[in-house]
Parts: sequence; C-alpha cells; structure tokens
Amino acid sequence: MVGFILKRLVQSVFVMLAVAFLAFSLFRFVGDPVSQMTGVETSLEDQARLREELGLNDPFALQFIRFAGDLVQGDFGYSFRTREPIGEMLLTRLPATLELGTVALLISLAVGIPAGIYTALRPRGLVSQSILIGTLIGVSIPTFVIGILLIFLFGVQLGWLPTYGRGDTVEIGWWRTSLLSVDGLRSLVLPALTLGLFQLTLTMRLVRAQMMEVMRTDHIRFAIARGVPWRRIRYRHALPNTMIPVVTIIGLQFGGVIAFSIVTESVFQWPGMGLLFLESIRFVDIPVMSVYLVVIAFFFVFINLLVDLIYLAIDPRLRVRESA
Amino acid sequence: MLSVAGLTVRFRHRTGAATAVEDVTMTVARGEIHGLVGESGAGKSTIGAAIMGLLPPAGEIAAGDMRLGDTDLRTLSAAQAHHLRGKRISMIFQDPQTSLDPLMTIGDQLVETILAHEDIPAEAALTRAVDLLEEIGIANARARIRSYPHQFSGGMRQRVVIALALCTNPELIIADEPTTALDVAVQAQVLDLIRKLAETRGIGFILITHDIGVIAQIADRVTVLRDGKVVEQGDTARVLGAPEHPYTKALMAAVPPLDRRLRRFAVPRVEGEAETTDLTAPAREAEDWLMSGAGGGASMGPALDIEAITVRFTGERRGLFGPRESFVALDDVTMSVRPGTVMGLVGESGSGKSTLAKVIAALVHPAAGEMRLDGAALAPMRRRTRKDPSRRVIQMVFQDPYSSLNSRHKVLSILTEPLRLYGLERDEARQDRLARAMLALVGLPAEVADRYPHQFSGGQRQRIAVARALLSRPGLLICDEPTSALDVSIQAQILNLLKELQTKFGLTTLFISHDLAVVRQMSDDITVLKDGKLVETGPSEAFFDGPRHAYSRDLLAQTPTVRFR
Amino acid sequence: MMLARLMQTEGVWLFSRNPAAILAAIVTIVVVAGAVLAPWIAPTNPYDLSSFSLIDGLLPPLWEQGGDPRFLLGTDDQGRDMLSSILYGARLSLIIASVAMGIALVLGVSLGLAAGFFGGRLDAIVMRVADVQLALPAILTALLIDGISRGILPREVHDDLRLAVITLAIALSLWVNFARTARASTFVERNKDYVQAAIMMGQHPLRIMLRHILPNIVGPLLVIATVDLASAILLEATLSFLGVGLPADSPSLGTLIRIGMQYLLSGEWWILWMPTVFLVVLVVSINLLGDFLRDLFNPSLR
Repeated sequence: MVGFILKRLVQSVFVMLAVAFLAFSLFRFVGDPVSQMTGVETSLEDQARLREELGLNDPFALQFIRFAGDLVQGDFGYSFRTREPIGEMLLTRLPATLELGTVALLISLAVGIPAGIYTALRPRGLVSQSILIGTLIGVSIPTFVIGILLIFLFGVQLGWLPTYGRGDTVEIGWWRTSLLSVDGLRSLVLPALTLGLFQLTLTMRLVRAQMMEVMRTDHIRFAIARGVPWRRIRYRHALPNTMIPVVTIIGLQFGGVIAFSIVTESVFQWPGMGLLFLESIRFVDIPVMSVYLVVIAFFFVFINLLVDLIYLAIDPRLRVRESA
Repeated sequence: MLSVAGLTVRFRHRTGAATAVEDVTMTVARGEIHGLVGESGAGKSTIGAAIMGLLPPAGEIAAGDMRLGDTDLRTLSAAQAHHLRGKRISMIFQDPQTSLDPLMTIGDQLVETILAHEDIPAEAALTRAVDLLEEIGIANARARIRSYPHQFSGGMRQRVVIALALCTNPELIIADEPTTALDVAVQAQVLDLIRKLAETRGIGFILITHDIGVIAQIADRVTVLRDGKVVEQGDTARVLGAPEHPYTKALMAAVPPLDRRLRRFAVPRVEGEAETTDLTAPAREAEDWLMSGAGGGASMGPALDIEAITVRFTGERRGLFGPRESFVALDDVTMSVRPGTVMGLVGESGSGKSTLAKVIAALVHPAAGEMRLDGAALAPMRRRTRKDPSRRVIQMVFQDPYSSLNSRHKVLSILTEPLRLYGLERDEARQDRLARAMLALVGLPAEVADRYPHQFSGGQRQRIAVARALLSRPGLLICDEPTSALDVSIQAQILNLLKELQTKFGLTTLFISHDLAVVRQMSDDITVLKDGKLVETGPSEAFFDGPRHAYSRDLLAQTPTVRFR
Repeated sequence: MMLARLMQTEGVWLFSRNPAAILAAIVTIVVVAGAVLAPWIAPTNPYDLSSFSLIDGLLPPLWEQGGDPRFLLGTDDQGRDMLSSILYGARLSLIIASVAMGIALVLGVSLGLAAGFFGGRLDAIVMRVADVQLALPAILTALLIDGISRGILPREVHDDLRLAVITLAIALSLWVNFARTARASTFVERNKDYVQAAIMMGQHPLRIMLRHILPNIVGPLLVIATVDLASAILLEATLSFLGVGLPADSPSLGTLIRIGMQYLLSGEWWILWMPTVFLVVLVVSINLLGDFLRDLFNPSLR
C-alpha cells in the first residue's frame, strides 16, 4: 500500500519535472528573453550585462534547476506584455477558473452517474435510448457551439441569464467568488452548463459501459442465484464495482475540464486563467504560457494523486494485504 | 424432491431457433448427489439455469414440467422465482476467484444472503454465518469473517462460496463444475465436503461436470447427456460400470485409466477425420519428408539435460527504496530426458512445470543453471539468437488451441511459416504440397488449409498445431497441457495421435499435464514438481507402482479414478 | 483481408439491421463526397474574389423571403455563396483532420506496438511520455504548439505554415489514444500462445508485430481512428473558433462559425447556423459509425 502511494508519487514528480522542463525550454529557447525584455535603444553592452545578471550564460542544467527552484518557491517571473508578476496575475484569475471547473465537474457527475446507471440497468427502454442518442449528439457538438446555443436561447431569446463575465463577486481574502451573490450565481449557470455538458456525456457513457460489464460478472450472477434483493445487487454490489475504474477516469477528465474551460471562458468572456492563456498566446507572452502550463499540469497531477488515494480507500484489494 | 419432466429449452438465434435441451427427465431426492455429465455443448449448464429460472434472455423453456416439492417452478412470477433462489435452490459456480464480490467482506455477503430470506436480527445472522464457516472447515471463523475474498486461497474461497449457497438451508444446490478450477488435493477436499453436506443435511445436489472421475467419486446417480438429450440414466455404479448405450461406452473408453497404460484409446472414427493408421498417399509423403530430415535428425530425437535451473520472477517494489519482491518459480531443478522418449512433467498449478517448458523454449530466462541438447550447450533465452539451430529443433504444442493459432492467418500460411523461416523448402508449390500432406498425417483433409482457424473445433485446431510443429522437422516436442482444454473423447484422439507420431518418428517429448492419468498413458519417465522444486524423477512404471515420495503418493491417491467392477 | 472477411459475415448483417448506422454512413459519404468534390460541384469558388460581389451580400436562403435562386443557403456580408463556403470549409476541415489523424495513428500505433511488445524500459519511457501528454489535454497542446510556432517563426512564415502547424498540433494531441490502445491490446496479444510460438520459433520482432499482432488489434484501433477523426474535426473547429486556427481568407468550418458569431444577435441567422449545423451533422454521423464499430468489436455489449 505504501509502495503503491510511493510509486504514484514518484510518477507524479516525474511528470511535473518533465512539464517543468518543457516549460523551461519554451521560456529559454522560444524567443530570446533578453530581446523581449529590452527595447531597441538598449545597447549591446547593456544586453550582455542583463544576460549575465539573468544567469543566461550559466550551464543549461544550472539554469533549469534555478527555474524549477523558483517555481517551487512560487516565484513565477514576469509577463513580457504587462510586466506584472505572473504569480499575481494567475492568482487573481485562479478562483474564476476553479469555481467554473468545479461546478461543471459536479454537474457532470451529479447527472452523468445516475443517467449512466439508469441506461445500464434498462438498456432497451425508450428513455435509455433517447438518453443515449442525446449523449451521442452531445459528444459531437463542440463546446463553443453549445455555448453559443445556450447564449442564444437563454441570453438572447429568453433573456433569463447573463451571457458575459462573472457578474457580482464577493471577496474573501484574495479569493473573489461568484458563488455568494445571486448575480454571480446567475452568471455562472451558462458557462458551467456549457463546460459540464460535454463531460457529462463522457461520464454517462463510461458509467453505462462499466456497469453493463459488471452486471455480467460471475459474482453478480451468484448474488442473483442467492436471491439477494435486486436493490442490493444493483447498488451495493454492482455500483461500487462500477465506480472503481470510473473514479480513475474522472481524474483524467479533470484535464479535459481545464482544457475546455479555455474555450468556455473565451465564449463567455469569463475572466479566468484560460482567457489569460489565450491572450498570452496571441501576444506570444512566453513566460505566462510556460507558467500556465506548469500550473495546469500541477492541478492535473494533484487531482490524480487524490484519485489514487480515493481508490485506495474504496478498494480493499489494495488496502488489505493478502493474508491467507 | 426435484422432478423435471420433458424439459425442452430453445435458444433464439439470428437465423432461427436452436434446441439446447430436449425432453430431459430427471429427479433428485433428498440427500442425493445427481451427476449431470456430458461434453461441451451437451446442455448440462442450460438445465441448471432452467431450474434456477436464470436462462439468458434468448433462451426459453419450450416444454416440460419442473417441480420442487409441491412448487411448480414454471408458473412462478419473476419476483417469486427470485425469492425462491437462495431460499430453496442455490447454486455454486465454477470459478471461486470471480464468484465473490471483491469489495465486500465475506461476512457481509453471508449476512445479506441470510437476511434476504429470513426475518431475523442481524446478530443472529452473523452468528449463524460464523457457525457455518466453522462447519465447512474455515478455522478461526469469527475473525476471518471480516476478511475480503482476496484474502483467501482458491480452495478456501470455494468453501466460502459453498457456505453462501448453504446459509439459508436450501433443499437443492446446483453445483456447476465446482472443482474444475481447483487442484486435485483441494478438489478432493471440496468433494468430501459436498458428500458430507448431502449426508448430514439431506441437501440434494445436482453436480454438473465434464469430469467422469468426479462423478465416479461422489455421485449417487448420473445422467449422461449428449447434444441436449439424455443418453443414459441410473445409479452411478451401474451406468459407469456397465454402460449400455454406445455413447456412454465410448465415453468410458476415452477416459484415461490411472492404473494401467493403454497402447491406444479405443475411439470410434469421427466423421471427416481420416484414420491415421492406414496412411493415405499424402500422409506417407509427409512421413517420408520427416524421416528424410538432415542427418536423420528427425528420426531420433536429441537428449535433453536440465541442470540446476532456477527461475526468479520479480514483482512490485516494497517501498521506494525497498527491494523488489521476488518469487522463485523454479528452484534448482535438475533432470534429463532420454533421446526418443517421453518425459511426463506433473505438478499442481504454480508448481513451475510450464515455466520449465518456457525456459527450454527460450521464452523465460533462468537466473541460474544450464541446459544441454545432445550434449551441446543450449543457450538460455537472452543468449539464444534468432538464428540458433535449436529454434527449429525444439517445437511446442500449447494448451489453448484457441489462442495458439493466429486467427487472422489462413491455416496454410500458419503451416508454411516454419518451412520458410527455417529455409526447409524454398519452392512455394512444394511448401503448399507439404503443408497439405502434413494435415493428412495429423488426420485432417487437405482442404482445411484454405480456411481460418476459427472455423475449426478445439481438437481440430490442436491437430493443426501439431502439424505446424512437425513442419519444422523437430527433434524435441514440448506439449504443454495439450489436451486439458478438450473434451475427453477429443482428448483420447489427440493422445492417440501424439503416441503414434512419437513412436513413428522417435521424437524426444516433454509432456506436461496436471492429470496423472493422462501422463501415465503418455510417458516413459516422469518428473514431479512442487512449488518450483523437484520432488522426484524416474521411470514411469516404477512411479505408478509405488512412488517414493510422500507428496507423490498423496497426489496419486487424490486423483479420481473410474473403476467399477 | 480481415476487413473483407468481416464484411461477409457479422458486420454486414448487424449493419443492415442498424438504421442509425446506415443513415450515418450515408450522411458521412455524402458530406465527404461533397467536400472532396467541392472544386467541381460548388456553385462558386469562395477563394476567388472575382466570383462574388457585395451587391449579393446578406441574402437569405432560398426558401426564406428574398432568397435568390443562385444561392441555395444564402450569402454572407461579402456576397459569398454560403453553400460554396461550407463545402470548401468542410474540405479543409476534413483534410486537416484526416492528415492529423493519420499522423497520430502511425506515430501512436508504432510506439504502442513497440512498447507493448518489448515492454521494460521502452514501455516505461513511452508510457511516461504519454502521461505527460495526458496532463496537457488536446486543446492545450494544440494551442501551445501554435503559440510556440508564433514565437519561433517570423510572422509571414508562420502564416504560410499555419495549415501544417495546426495539423501537427492536432496530430500530437491525439497520438496518445492510439498509443495507449495499441499498447494495451498488444500486451494482451503478446501473451497469447500464437505470439509466444512465433517468438519461440525465432521470427523477426518486426514481423511478429506487423504480421501477427497488428491484424489482431485492428478492431479497437479502427474504433479509436473513427472517434479521433471526429475529435480532430472538433479540435480544428475549436482552434479556428479561438482564432488560432485558419485565417478568414481560407476558412474552415470553425472559422466560418467564428465569423458567423458576429451575426448571433442580428437577423442573418444562416451565416452562423448553416456551417454549425453542417459541422454537427458531420461529427454526429462519424461518431455514430464509431459507436457501431465499438459494439461490433465488443460482442459482449450486444
């Protein structure tokens, strides 16, 4: 068990190192930092001095270690475009993205899992077939089109919900939340639905396939042959066995939520990290791009470590060593 | 108690309906163990499922009566049938590894089953569960009841499965191949337990199995099935001891006896398969080709010497810096196979017999030890090059005929592969001709070369696998459980074929099996392995007359025998 | 060979009984044919500035009041025929998606086959790289590659290479699917006796991988290829929508939708919705086919 956690930790550190290296290469080799930081009037000597000060003449490995060290200490450097510290820029935008992503993920799980169970248990029913066709269309519509559709329907035609920005926000320390005001919540509905809908279809199809697989296993057949009540067979035997692989995949899906939040934020002009990233690409703001990369990878790795711990908690085969 | 009359079950297919069970009549009395025996496709499991009310959606009972006591099983509603399951009829599945919910303690599974059928307090159910586990032979049940299924060994797990089937005191238990996944020693214990439960509790058992040895050991009465129809029915001693129906006779003749060595099994000719003794012209051609092998290499197999072979498998690391767990699969094994003879290699699952085969075939690398082929060093896996001459000399017939042939290649392409690979025949027309000739030699018509493996039965595929091995012009043939996936009558045919080929060409053969009776039919010498260690090795007849080692004696004693005189 | 056999038996039978799959196949074939044949069948050439004029701007589709028989689906603000724009746009989208999917397939399957077959260190390396790739989802990878190319390449060169950059970006974000599937399937096949027999006989590893294993893992790979083709189309559309994809003078479906967004609030609905509906119908059809193939290769779900 300890071995399992350690192994995953080592793997996570490896992924983080690789991503940091990628980000460093990006930072160091794509566009010359010195020419980005200085204007045309800076003399060659000044440029050379700056180069020396920034440590750009040091050996490659040393530069990378310094880069990684700075990242670990939370020193993310400065944006080429705005000259602001990247750490602060991200921090002001982090709450918006996290709130959007979390609410979207919750929507997708809260609807996707029950729908998956339902369609697995009644695969031939009319409702199931409709849901299945619905999800197939769901995975085929690009997120931005879903966004446009929702804006068109609820924003333009019906005029029920705001279609732009976060609305009113409440500050708790440095965390600006839109969860504590009515206007903020109203603003959150359409973006979160847009982002959640795609994940929802994936979750549902996954749960369904897994559950159908489990319902055919020997231990379920044995439970039926013992006359265990159907409710128990479905929810105490089949469901936990279904959720074990599903939990892992949901961890992987978090990456998808983050990625598509870029699109959603763009459609709804949601002031999160994704929008910042898009701007940084448009203006070739390499430091912001590379830091964004590291932060996203960190979240992904962190969530997946969390998932592994959940896995450990729910699967006795990992928790309890063989003792027979 | 249970009476089934005129039961007919049909399955709907995309092209129509097929009758899986036809007009089956049988009864099971209190405390009776009723064996249902037959080869694959005989419909034995379907009868069990029909009685349980658990036929798959495509299946339907077309006719017949089923009564348990005074309950008509056919008129029950779905809810009534579900309530009856577990309460009055229960079931034991084949594989204890997969029959239990891995995420729930065995105690919870027992208690939920009891509470599903009886209105008693949870503590009372738990007490009964503990008592039951004690009764069926799980020591320290009070503590063990909180364990998860993976914490039990295979045999113990099957006991837990039996406890689950038993915990509501059903009148009838249907056991579907309950010991097929178990080693002989554990099988003997589980069968004893079933016998005891039938006697002490008066439970009726329907024992579904393909293994006539198991039936002979514990069944009171037996029903022999073939193609969904009852062939013969009666007291076990009568049916097996003095079979009346030709099919039962043939079946009995195909069962390998443990107490003597047959020259060949008396099997009736099977349609479409040529008798291998009277050689057709192509078969003779294949034979001549094999005999004419370079340096007469094919006519007398080489000697194989295994010296102090040790194999370790490494597992998971215990911690970040901890050592890897390692598992010794073979521990210092030394043995020799005399040229042109058959060495039988026996042992339970996990004894390392297949690993030894893989070491010789260069599929597993030994940690230590040496091998010699006719005195010359035989390189282990990592040092054996692709062009090593031993690649051709050593050939293998695998256990599972469904996975040993590439299902995407035509039989012809599978067969000519060794000819091309080893440069034995360069001319394409000649390759084609030889491949077809070899098919004749193993008893298959030449046309099969143009088909794909999935169009053949298990026995036919195994013949193709043998033909492929022969087309390398081998000297040493490794047979790894070549018949354990086959029905007994097919097994007899394949064993006959292997015997004939071995005598004819003098192939040195390593014959691996878990079944001592099969090994006895095949081997000149025998080697017993246990937990990766060599127990004993020596001449076969002496071994069966009186094994030196206590473990071998146990093994011999636990193997079910079929003898009614 | 394997496909041919499949066609004769189960596949065709199941297909003939699945109206959704038949419809999807017809739609896909019609759309793909329309896109491929666009230069020959489209009423006008939207890249040719002389073929349209502002006078025809913002005409509604034929069946609406004020529709012009020359423009079946109406025109945009420049007077371009929408149908022609859509056909040419779909052509571009499909080219990018198929080439990207092809690159991802070759790259992913080779790596997955080798990793699954040889195992050990090679497997560990490939899988760790896949892990890293997974931590950076498809859109992010594609955006990043676009960003990098902007940083490295001078502006003019970047504009010229846009098509190549975006194709590569999509390919790189899709290879992991193929690699993981190929590896998992190879791992299963590798332990089957027919592969063990081939190894034992001393056949060349390359031959074992390509002649023995590959034909046996085609099924799941075909499913992935179909689903990934749909993903690639979506990805390209999304990138173009975000403005990092193709420029407005050679619009793909995504670009057309982005342009149409300006008309979301005005009455000219067809400029936005025509390309959108076209895109969705195409992707739904491909996904339906993918679903059918998935069920076909996983008989336990039938």
